[in-house]
Amino acid sequence: MRFTKDHEWVSLDGDVATVGITAHAAEQLGDVVFVETPEVGKAVKAGDAFAVVESVKAASDVYAPVSGEVVEANEALAGSPETVNAEPEAGGWFAKIRVSDPAELDALMDKAAYDAFVASL
Amino acid sequence: MSDQADTSLKTTPLTATHVALGARMVPFAGYSMPVQYADGVLKEHLWTRENAGLFDVSHMGQARLRGVAPLAAFEELVPGDFIGLKPGKQKYSMLLNRQGGIIDDLMAGRPDDDGLFIIVNGACKDNDFRVIDDELAPQVQIERLEDRALIALQGPKAVEALAAHVPAVADMAFMDIRTMPAFGVDAIISRSGYTGEDGFEISIPADAAVRVWTLLLEDERVKPIGLGARDSLRLEAGLPLYGHDLDESVSPVEAGLTFAINKNRREQRDFPGAARITRELAEGPARVRVGLKVLEGAPAREGAEVADEAGQVVGVVTSGGYSPSLKQGIALAFVPPALATPGEKLKVIVRGKPQAAEVVKTPFVPHRYVRKAAR
Repeated sequence: MRFTKDHEWVSLDGDVATVGITAHAAEQLGDVVFVETPEVGKAVKAGDAFAVVESVKAASDVYAPVSGEVVEANEALAGSPETVNAEPEAGGWFAKIRVSDPAELDALMDKAAYDAFVASL
Repeated sequence: MSDQADTSLKTTPLTATHVALGARMVPFAGYSMPVQYADGVLKEHLWTRENAGLFDVSHMGQARLRGVAPLAAFEELVPGDFIGLKPGKQKYSMLLNRQGGIIDDLMAGRPDDDGLFIIVNGACKDNDFRVIDDELAPQVQIERLEDRALIALQGPKAVEALAAHVPAVADMAFMDIRTMPAFGVDAIISRSGYTGEDGFEISIPADAAVRVWTLLLEDERVKPIGLGARDSLRLEAGLPLYGHDLDESVSPVEAGLTFAINKNRREQRDFPGAARITRELAEGPARVRVGLKVLEGAPAREGAEVADEAGQVVGVVTSGGYSPSLKQGIALAFVPPALATPGEKLKVIVRGKPQAAEVVKTPFVPHRYVRKAAR
């Protein structure tokens, strides 16, 4: 699993990356009440805002950690947005992207680097 | 967001207690205040609807109005019948400006023989007390009560939890207010609140606040509740928030608060802005506050445009968010009177997307005030 400075995680399996927000981000946000997942087929570039996560207080953009094409969105979040809080790095995944350039993941932080980054905030 | 109290902000007598309880502190009205505790906003909100929630609202302004006929003098600034206010009762009202707009909303009551006891919003208190002093001094004097804390206990179990320490509160009805010995100090207790539930607002000397707060929390029916849930609770109750749903441009008629303009005052037309308010009462105002249920998509928040079914922008959301009880977005909005009928289908524009919405009567969640005491 790799991590961005905007608190997204990405996990690669073959050429499909699963993306979500980190446990730290979910905890900072508080109770999630609404999630807007991206449309399947949408082309994204790393750094594009491609989803929205909304807490009781406010909505926040979620950024694509890698470039490619959205091949699946987590439909379950529509009925159960609280899954993002319960399982942010598992069942609370937002979307799967078929990556166009797997090397983009190398530039992202690993767990140790991300944990150090969070501690520095 | 920091979880330490920000030292450039004001503190209440309970600030250190909130931090010790693990509260997430945020700036509000110039104070460091708890927005939530460990449970989070949703759980705190639902707990208050089912049990008893304890709120620190010491940032609000408390004051006494005393002197020559203070009730009659107060009527110079507000549209309510305060001369007719009975001892032991309080009223919801609002300070009006010359254009009939609302300077602040407030509670004012007669808990004892010592003039009028007033509670105003924290963000407005400096201005409110200056306005009152400018208009009414020297015959009537406003004394700010800077050495008092204010705690609210709200929810269906509030009366049992409070009566365990102060048995007399079980005899109180909604909008009663009394000075009484409680917790070994001089307390002013009202049966009222800002959640739509039964509950009490408790004014005590600041140096008793930590002890009283801690004592009430020992009851397993009581949990501490932050400002996040306070906002979602009052929104479900259809209660306006000054600075969002109310401001100096909004009249009580536009805001749906005509119940606070008592009949005798309407006839006398002897309050600031009476010309505009009288005209609006007769002909209808230019805009009206309504409740909206968001039928699809994300919650609509303050500033979101309201459109008719044809897509024409007709109004604006003044406050809105997610309703934990209804599990959907709800909002208060201004719309033209012609579109204000419950059932009217409108749209809210959220992040550029029109979403179906419907006008509904407020409150969104029924009030459960105890209008007649148990005994």
